[in-house]
Amino acid sequence: MNKLASLLSGIIFGIGLVISEMVDPAKVLGFLDLFGNWDPSLAFVMMGALVVASPLFHIIKKKEKPLLAEEFNYSNNKTINNQLILGSTLFGAGWGLGGLCPGPAITSVALLNIYSITFVVSMFIGFYLVKSFNLSSPR
Amino acid sequence: MNIVNFTPIPAFTGGLIIGLAVAVFFLLNGRLVGISGIASNALTEKENKFDNLLFLLGLITAPFIYSLFSNGGINISISNSYVLMIAAGLLVGIGTRISGGCTSGHGISGIGRFSLRSIIATITFMIVGILTVYVKNLL
Repeated sequence: MNKLASLLSGIIFGIGLVISEMVDPAKVLGFLDLFGNWDPSLAFVMMGALVVASPLFHIIKKKEKPLLAEEFNYSNNKTINNQLILGSTLFGAGWGLGGLCPGPAITSVALLNIYSITFVVSMFIGFYLVKSFNLSSPR
Repeated sequence: MNIVNFTPIPAFTGGLIIGLAVAVFFLLNGRLVGISGIASNALTEKENKFDNLLFLLGLITAPFIYSLFSNGGINISISNSYVLMIAAGLLVGIGTRISGGCTSGHGISGIGRFSLRSIIATITFMIVGILTVYVKNLL
């Protein structure tokens, strides 16, 4: 059942990305073009997501355990260090160059666009490099 | 600054659905959505591998399911430079794993539980993304 829950969560998440048009790099780059032709839509996507996720998170975490798993399992890393800033800086640069972040990039694979697939393959190579050189942030 | 292409209603609606996906995954499986972590761990870790792969499969399936219920197609506009998309993908892959999260993990799940670490990460990658687009537009 929890396998089905993972698939279902991915589908719902992806539908949200499609409806909000965040799968389109032009929408993301429009949001980041604050000093030019600004498209504020992405801010509304984040607000919508937080309005639902934040209160439900705080309600659900009070439960003894999740419905289909033995225990809650999420990062409780509170460290604010150079690694956090360096990683976020590299990510921001890549996000601004391509207009894609991991969720929309993977969802857009379905559209069979060779440039978004190129991005996704490169992103996975990036994941692999960080793992190989043991540079991952602890959870 | 000019405001262009602003689509607040689909953006907010899509955001609500994304928030719902985060809440469903947390309630059922006890995990918080972070796509860069799910994708990276699907590649490199044994723990929860099948769940992670199913979540990613869900993302890729979403555009097809959306198309069943919608008349319009899903159009994206994306850079047609392989060099740029490879660089962007590598930066996003490396950066998100060094900082331990992307737009979903830090931006929604992290901010949703009021994590200062995630708030700082999100502000950082947004500022760098905005500066990157600014510089790119100057070239």
